[in-house]
Amino acid sequence: MHIPPEDAPAHQGIAPHRCGECCTTLRGVTARRNGVIVLEEIDLHLHCGELTAVIGENGAGKTTLVKCLLGEMPHRGEVHFLDAARRRKDSPVIGYVPQHNSFEKEAPVSVLDLFAASLSARPACLGVSPAVRQAALAGLERTGADPLVDRQVGTLSGGELQRVLLGLALTPVPNILVLDEPMSGVDHRGREQFYGLLSQLRREYDLAVLLVSHDLATLARFADRMVFLDRRIVCEGTPAEVLHDPQVRAAFSLHSLS
Amino acid sequence: MIESLLAPWHRALSSLPFEWAGYEFMRLALLAVLLISPLLGALGTVVVANRMAFFSEAVGHAAFTGIALGVIFGLADPMWSMIGFALVLTLAIAWVRRRGGLSSDTAIGLVMAFTVSLGIVILSRGGDFARYTNFLIGDMLAIAPRDIVWLAALGAGSAGLFLLFFNRLLLATMSPSLARSRTRHAGAAELVFACLLAVVVTCALPWIGILVINALLILPAAAARNLARNTAGFFGWSIAVASVTGMVGLIASFYASTATGATIVLAAMVVYLLTLLRRVVS
Repeated sequence: MHIPPEDAPAHQGIAPHRCGECCTTLRGVTARRNGVIVLEEIDLHLHCGELTAVIGENGAGKTTLVKCLLGEMPHRGEVHFLDAARRRKDSPVIGYVPQHNSFEKEAPVSVLDLFAASLSARPACLGVSPAVRQAALAGLERTGADPLVDRQVGTLSGGELQRVLLGLALTPVPNILVLDEPMSGVDHRGREQFYGLLSQLRREYDLAVLLVSHDLATLARFADRMVFLDRRIVCEGTPAEVLHDPQVRAAFSLHSLS
Repeated sequence: MIESLLAPWHRALSSLPFEWAGYEFMRLALLAVLLISPLLGALGTVVVANRMAFFSEAVGHAAFTGIALGVIFGLADPMWSMIGFALVLTLAIAWVRRRGGLSSDTAIGLVMAFTVSLGIVILSRGGDFARYTNFLIGDMLAIAPRDIVWLAALGAGSAGLFLLFFNRLLLATMSPSLARSRTRHAGAAELVFACLLAVVVTCALPWIGILVINALLILPAAAARNLARNTAGFFGWSIAVASVTGMVGLIASFYASTATGATIVLAAMVVYLLTLLRRVVS
């Protein structure tokens, strides 16, 4: 695996544009499952235009962190969303891309149905209006998935499904985009393409992106910031800084590479 | 009032050249089937997609205890105690699931065994259980005009509530976290649906029968899943299969002198097997 030198710049290529105004702040977030603390005192700032990767071993609390952000998990501490005018937003638009192996594949649901259920008040079982179809096509076009609009979700490959779900998460353009291991079970080429796309979209829409993944090698090239989580934040910084941290190297067996 | 509302229906069917159409109880039963079947077919799509088949089975079986409570409280019609108990059971299962202590099939299995046993023990005191066997297989032909009005009101109300929550239910089926990120009250939608299902299943029980009602919920949707490629197709096919097999089963039961609910289930089973064959072939 290629690890950038410790003093490498945060991001290769064009430095991300940052409005620097809007951000998502977690302060002292602590969560328990069955009385056991699974997430402890998390302080984190997510800025727009920045891709923050959360890494950590299984059971380190990565998915719990995502659930706290989505409001799905009861927790102590605060999660604030500020828009560009520095106003508090209590219900920000969150774009969420789930793990594809947790996604239901047997139901006869088309890609269009997913958009219809998300965007329209009309029940998807009564058919989809032309306007919603247009909105779905526009969303899918952002990730090059528009030819898949009438496909049944269960027949999509892992990479295709993730492009569809990313297109859905970007419709409407969210305040913050959250991805939970979006690429587990997807081949190397699919992963490279997906992260490339994500990186480009982040700049295009000035998105704050939180990405949970095991995929150190690819993340090292695409992330602006990295957070190593082990129930609490063990270390954070540029990918180069984090990947040179002795605790990270021990956790991911990187010792032999120095 | 009710009679005059139903008069055009009776007139229209009486003019048909079929023996069954000459009987008032058959014309009323057909109306009831055309109200119950599509509703069960529609709700069944979510039951099948959401893997709630065991839950709906348990709710149906809980009727034993519901009837028993009605007997204990001295109610003339046990329907209210059945509905009330089905709702209590639904909330109890949801609570156990949320606590996460037991896997949901184990939790439902335990609760079902308890309610069935409790109901049978209470109802069989003094060797009197035979009075209640008509709940087991149902009696579609005993339906009265007043019951039709109740079923129509139930159908309209539950269809409205179901459609209101449909999109949230669909997203929650695909991915609970995704639903959470897209809509408010995604978790509430599932609970509302479970309660709705409990009420509809319980209200249909006296006509269809405790033993077979779950099949009427699952079979049309399972058949539709073999045919459909999107949500509208799934929904439409399920309602169509439920309605057609309901009618065919009712009329077949008339000529064969069999229990209506079970005959409808067999008709639906035939359609399901045909769709399965089509899916395997294609």
